[in-house]
Amino acid sequence: MFEKQEIINITKDELINRVTPLFKDGYRLVQICCTKLDKLIVDYTFDKDYKFFGFRLDLPLENAELPSITNVYFAAFGYENELHDLFGIKVIGNKVDFGGKFYRINEQAPFNKKQEAKNG
Amino acid sequence: MANRTVIPFGPQHPVLPEPIHLDLVLEDEKVVEAIPNVGFIHRGLELLCQKKPFQDMVLVAERICGICSLIHGVGFVQGVEKIMNLDLPERALFLRVFWSELSRIHSHLLWLGLAADAIGFESLFMHSWRVREMILDIFEETTGGRVIFNVIKVGGVKKDITKETFTRIMKQLDKAEEEYKQISEVFINDFTVIHRWSGVGVLSKEDAVKLGAVGPTARASGIKSDMRMLKYGAYEKIDFEPTVERSGDCYARAAVRVKEVYQSFDIIRQCYNKIPEGEIETKVTGFPNGEYFSRVEQPRGEVVYYVKGNGTKFLDRFRVRTPTFANLPPLLQMLAGCDLADVPAIILSIDPCISCTER
Amino acid sequence: MSDILTMCKTVLSSLRKKTACQMYPIKPAKFYKNTRGHITIDPNKCILCTMCAKRCPTRAIEVDRAKGTWLINRYKCITCNECVISCKPVALRMEIQYSPPGAKKDIELYNIEKPTPKSAVPGE
Repeated sequence: MFEKQEIINITKDELINRVTPLFKDGYRLVQICCTKLDKLIVDYTFDKDYKFFGFRLDLPLENAELPSITNVYFAAFGYENELHDLFGIKVIGNKVDFGGKFYRINEQAPFNKKQEAKNG
Repeated sequence: MANRTVIPFGPQHPVLPEPIHLDLVLEDEKVVEAIPNVGFIHRGLELLCQKKPFQDMVLVAERICGICSLIHGVGFVQGVEKIMNLDLPERALFLRVFWSELSRIHSHLLWLGLAADAIGFESLFMHSWRVREMILDIFEETTGGRVIFNVIKVGGVKKDITKETFTRIMKQLDKAEEEYKQISEVFINDFTVIHRWSGVGVLSKEDAVKLGAVGPTARASGIKSDMRMLKYGAYEKIDFEPTVERSGDCYARAAVRVKEVYQSFDIIRQCYNKIPEGEIETKVTGFPNGEYFSRVEQPRGEVVYYVKGNGTKFLDRFRVRTPTFANLPPLLQMLAGCDLADVPAIILSIDPCISCTER
Repeated sequence: MSDILTMCKTVLSSLRKKTACQMYPIKPAKFYKNTRGHITIDPNKCILCTMCAKRCPTRAIEVDRAKGTWLINRYKCITCNECVISCKPVALRMEIQYSPPGAKKDIELYNIEKPTPKSAVPGE
């Protein structure tokens, strides 16, 4: 009932080289997601014929940068704008870049705020 | 070179159910390109997972959107149950499928009404919503609410349906299907409807794969992809085939949705014949620890839930990727080259649910 | 294949039938047994255990054990039924009628008699 999910760890320099053969093979981009633990973990997910396949890479918490994959997958522009707005990750080369104003929010990177010291 | 003007579309427009803004670049009544602008109702719901215990997050997940609320709950709960390795009783899984398919019927009927209103066919809009009222009455009788249902919880469902009530509901559904037959003929065969929607907003099969279209938008362009074929929940015991059309225009997208309503009536009948007796919930102990991407099929397409737990009662991350977010790039492709008068019909044909998109 | 008269059948049959609209509020609305309307409390049965306030996800219920009051903010209540399930003396109930609309968001306060403590010596 639950599907098998395969996730491979890569570095951000080999991102574009790993993504281009997937595009030529007919894989569809499903989503790009980011989690904040002690570092930022970014997940790229692809799908073909119900088979689930993902890449995972690590970024530092501050001043993180990523190359954009909109030259390969144009549909990634929405997800990369969201990464910039909510987590403060700079994406270089985004074809449709809103410059931080995709979601009209007041704070900068609200999901990546510095943790204050917990009391009690 | 002809004169180019920029016309703003939205966020308030009589045809839109929810606010979205597009800047249309026009050359003498033909749209050259469209620049989207969302972000009017961003609520930051994903951050609430760090403040509310995971059992209460089901209530938040249901309230992301009003039209597709039950299936949001099912997707989230499925992810948490996989991480905690819970084994659910069969009856709970069948009840979830029953309510999910009813949810699909009511969402498609709502869309058919809005699409008819967009081309000016107001009496058809009223008749579609009259049939939808019969479905909402069934929801209120079994779950207690018309829009937000509050029946899904981690470990099963909260309410049960007795055999007599179920038999009575199947008779009401037969009557609703009779009424729906008359309306669906208008959508498929009427001269005005065909003339407004054929050849408008064409999305080819290669473009649909390259830009990542999901749901009825992709199935109308010839891609046979339906997340219910992953056989999650009780769909292992139910047989059906995804509905596919070839032409990729607005008429094909409407035809896919009209046929899916008939398919949902059939799936509910299979549920009624196959549902076993038994418990409706299991006991939940401990906290979730692990991660999983849970994929379910909403009326609008494929939804992906990413849940990550760390052994405490608060989740680390809860991420929702809704189908309208994935259908925005195909929308921009469809708008290039169309007439200005066809823009409302094309935007409505992807079934935009903006409150899902921006959570 | 296209047709001009597809809507005729529906239009003619709706001329014969009664209207599907209901004359609300002149005729009362129809509710079902399961409808989640609003929460009511029986003040005689409440023992001020505060389980309902702890379980409420929106903190609509507030219980003060020292003063003996139970209050509910109906505008925060989402009728999720958790308080009814967690109430041991069965003092809370879900009614099927929706709560009426009001001009401002106020709260409902009930005074609960504090339960008398049982004496420690048996036989008294």
